[in-house]
Amino acid sequence: MTFSQRHFLGIEGLSRDELLFVLNTAESFREISEREVKKVPTLRGKTIINLFYESSTRTRSSFEIAAKRLSADAINISASTSSVNKGETLMDTARNLCAMRPAALVLRHPASGAPHLLARLNQCPVINAGDGTHEHPTQALLDVMTIREHLGDIHGKTVAIVGDILHSRVARSNILALTTLGAQVRLIGPPTLLPPEFSRWGAERHTDLRAGLAGVDAIMMLRLQRERQTRNFFPSLDEYARRFCLTVEALREAKPNVIILHPGPMNRGVEIDSRVADGPYSVILEQVTNGVAVRMAVLYLLTTQERLATRDQSVANGQAVGQEGSDVQAEPSVWDEHTLPKRAVGQ
Amino acid sequence: MPQATQRIVLDSSAIARALTRIAHEILERNQGSDQLALVGIHTRGVDLSGRLADKVAAIEGVRPQCGEIDITLYRDDVGRTRTQPEVHGTSIPFAVDTMRIVLVDDVLYTGRTVRAAMDALVDFGRPKSIQLAVLVDRGHRELPIRPDYVGKNIPTSYEERVSVCLVEHDGQDRVVIE
Repeated sequence: MTFSQRHFLGIEGLSRDELLFVLNTAESFREISEREVKKVPTLRGKTIINLFYESSTRTRSSFEIAAKRLSADAINISASTSSVNKGETLMDTARNLCAMRPAALVLRHPASGAPHLLARLNQCPVINAGDGTHEHPTQALLDVMTIREHLGDIHGKTVAIVGDILHSRVARSNILALTTLGAQVRLIGPPTLLPPEFSRWGAERHTDLRAGLAGVDAIMMLRLQRERQTRNFFPSLDEYARRFCLTVEALREAKPNVIILHPGPMNRGVEIDSRVADGPYSVILEQVTNGVAVRMAVLYLLTTQERLATRDQSVANGQAVGQEGSDVQAEPSVWDEHTLPKRAVGQ
Repeated sequence: MPQATQRIVLDSSAIARALTRIAHEILERNQGSDQLALVGIHTRGVDLSGRLADKVAAIEGVRPQCGEIDITLYRDDVGRTRTQPEVHGTSIPFAVDTMRIVLVDDVLYTGRTVRAAMDALVDFGRPKSIQLAVLVDRGHRELPIRPDYVGKNIPTSYEERVSVCLVEHDGQDRVVIE
């Protein structure tokens, strides 16, 4: 099979076979990080740019390490130290970065859909490292990879996603990935943070933590995204924690071999009790380890496609490149109107 | 379209005899199975290395260590081929340093796979030596690589295809030229 996606923008639109192909590839990459020399020469001579408009520890370092373990050169740009401060737009920043011929652009942005806009530039593969409240596809892949590792086939498993579903791109990507692979998803949280539309993906909704956790195979805790909460969704943190904090007692409702995931960063005592986070059922740090393998797989699959190689060559030769689906470039240009006098030749 | 002609060059008993001979040759060359490890190259090299290990075990009473290697990430044509080869797992469950390692593959052709496999192997350490065992050597080398153990030398033209079928993956043992 060949992975035919040009960009990696979301789990939405990926088939079951494509998901499994990326997951299997990621599993093959895991071993590289266990070696003494944690590097393979595959992406030698390629540059990966991480463009981060939001703070991040895990995802950014994970992409950087993934690129480096594939022998690519990785550079990181964070909005706080870039020309964004001088008023440059996202598209201009992207055009300039693409002019330096990276093999892929990894983007995290607070606006949902930002990576899709960059993808329309059609310059190089764009990887979504989290866009607003929309998707975080590599996080969902590493979650699914971790669940598969512990529980085997995802099909028929029940996974609870608990907390701030409304603002969570991790939840959206995971619901899509898990249901595509045949799992049952339960969403648990206060009614204000449980969008009813999510039922259309076949997810059950629960407003009571213990009832929702009954008999689940895996529990995915989410952080309260207070930076995205524009109004009061619950009376107080204290009350939220009393009702939705994952404690040892609440955990008893789940299956005996349940595993607990958290995308990080954790707010201990708010959504998860320290005894649970550091307890025997927690696989939170394994998620981080698997994250590197997943990102290696995605970088590898997107930057080694044959048609990209030919395309890059035509760019180098100065040939025009087909702009399929490129709304950005297709806008009518004022230069087409012949409003300005033609520049005389020879002056 | 004319029907492609198929020619069986090795049947299952010929393959078994070739592997038995190679197992003896490996033991003779390395004076036993001490510090000996077999590393198969995905996919059919892994099957063959398992069979060779069984044969060595039958002769010496000790089964040598086995590993498997996927060379996809070490290819010299990454991004130049139309299909993306699927990445399989690499597993070297022993310390490579000081070992005598026999790389095992089904067909030796240009030598590029073996080059990649050697690069992959030395990323795990510094083996005492690396040797090469192949079931079929079909010639046309593009790199200065030669096998230490050969099941059968089969002169071929560039147009011909050599297919090694093994029970583990194809349901039967045979080597076919078409």
